[in-house]
Amino acid sequence: MLLAKKKTNKIIESKGDRVLTLITTLILLLLIFIVGYPVVYVVSSSFSSAVAIRSARVILFPVEFTLQGYRFVFDYDSFWIGLRNSAFYTVCGVSITMFLEIMAAYPLSKRNYQGGKGIMMIFFFTTLFAAGMIPTFIVKAVYLGMYGTVWAVLFASAIGVTDMIILRTAFRSIPGELFDAAAIDGANEFQTLVQIALPLVKATVSTLILYSAVGCWNEYFNAMIYLSNNETLQPLQLVLRNLLMAADVVDPSLVDTGMEQMRYALIVVSTVPVLVFYFVVQKYFKKGVMIGSVKG
Amino acid sequence: MANQSVVASDTLLKRNPVQRFLITFKKNWQLHLMIVLPLVYMLLFHYWPMYGLQIAFRDYSSADGITGSPWVGLAFFEKFFANNNWSRYVWNTFRISMYSLAASFPVPVILALTLHVNENKALKKIAQNVSYIPHFISTVVMVSILKQVLSPMTGFYGVLCKWLEVSPIDLFGTAEAFDHLYVWSGVWQNMGWNAIIYISALSAVSPDLHEAARIDGASRWKRVLYVDIPAILPTICIMLIMRMGHVLSVGYEKIYLMQNDLNLQVSEVISTFVFREGLSKSNFSFGAAVGLMNSVINTCMVFLVNWITNKLSDGEAGLF
Repeated sequence: MLLAKKKTNKIIESKGDRVLTLITTLILLLLIFIVGYPVVYVVSSSFSSAVAIRSARVILFPVEFTLQGYRFVFDYDSFWIGLRNSAFYTVCGVSITMFLEIMAAYPLSKRNYQGGKGIMMIFFFTTLFAAGMIPTFIVKAVYLGMYGTVWAVLFASAIGVTDMIILRTAFRSIPGELFDAAAIDGANEFQTLVQIALPLVKATVSTLILYSAVGCWNEYFNAMIYLSNNETLQPLQLVLRNLLMAADVVDPSLVDTGMEQMRYALIVVSTVPVLVFYFVVQKYFKKGVMIGSVKG
Repeated sequence: MANQSVVASDTLLKRNPVQRFLITFKKNWQLHLMIVLPLVYMLLFHYWPMYGLQIAFRDYSSADGITGSPWVGLAFFEKFFANNNWSRYVWNTFRISMYSLAASFPVPVILALTLHVNENKALKKIAQNVSYIPHFISTVVMVSILKQVLSPMTGFYGVLCKWLEVSPIDLFGTAEAFDHLYVWSGVWQNMGWNAIIYISALSAVSPDLHEAARIDGASRWKRVLYVDIPAILPTICIMLIMRMGHVLSVGYEKIYLMQNDLNLQVSEVISTFVFREGLSKSNFSFGAAVGLMNSVINTCMVFLVNWITNKLSDGEAGLF
């Protein structure tokens, strides 16, 4: 009796629904395989011996486990220089970006800010029309004297207008009463921003920090344009590019001993910091991704 | 009464523009102060280069500067169209971009719907988190992984061919393979991440709608068609506008890394051409002219697509 009752309470899945569930499950399993397998393959190869890689015996797990590839990477001076520079560019770049984006988004989020609409247009227009690579290069290199300096990379894309608009939307979602209360208590705009507004948009800010950090860490093109004359300033991605993109004959001795291993190890080592960072800020991320409307 | 006093103060302010300016400035000066630095940044790094775009019509030399170099009119535009290959660069840009759009736009939508329909929480979580990983891989690393894995000698591709007993070809040296490699590696890298926006749009759908549809006897598949898809249609439109507007701007960062002498015929796009001819060879005015043309077309595309969307949706779905 009880069993029968339980049965009737349960929602009966129709045949069509079950087929759909099956199909979606298969798609998701396929997705996990397609995305996961190359990642696993690269990681496994980085721990395998050079002979095993070259004779194509690495299928899923490391073959003839070795740390030789990583030893090559860690013995490579340019790697450490690149790592140091990348860390510097990421920390400073993110700080500059967040500072500028907050300073722009907060005033523009105020509906009664006189002149806000015009200033918003100045920002928004750059998403519609870009001057392009060459005039930007001339202004930065010739007129601002940034060629061969860290500033060229740090200020390459310090304000992402789309990100700024996301932040503005987040500021706008704060109830106006809070700002009124702060104003009555005598807080000025800076105090209101730091003590009231910013803590309330923490989720969005951490999302934007993530975007910006990933962008800074992975950037190579501006470094290639502006820093090619100065090897001591090059970020890790540029070191990687020079090593990975160059024909196999960078260093004949490495080809014999384990260029392949070193490449796989470099791929892993340069990607891990970003992934770790992602998993650290991930818990804020779900709340922050209200990219919702970008309408100006 | 209150209304009258507002009108009165308004007319008073209108009579004294200086006073009016002072009052609003006094009210807003802290906000003005905040926005000064971002504004300076925009002027220096975006608007100054726009002003510098005039070198497209001048013969720029660094000695004379932007405003001191002699005017040459449309000489550099003519130079571009005198190049026998100009139509090929435009076609490459357009083709790669359209292919990329056609392949990479629907996949995240399908993925989001799949994740939404499936009710196995553990599987969903794993699938979602795994699909995000490639997004964090840099362009340099992405291209290196492609090269490593597809290497006919040592890569996974080579292994597979050996296993299937066919002789592997050098995919990176094959012009026909370039488009597919570029587009599908992009899909691989970004499908999970780009699905996020649709997933959040789907999770905002009111459960009442599903409940009502279920009572009316709609199967899960019908509910996908008539509840879920209409719910995310505005998001799809906005994303499509944003993508369509950039149909003539392919990211040069990845293409540049994937280029080699063997595939340059199909892989040289306008932006890499600007970089190669304009920047690397210091033909600044020529590069600026080609870049300007590209930018203008892009801007027109954005407005055109936005206008069409507004027309079709009665001003609802457009970006601005």
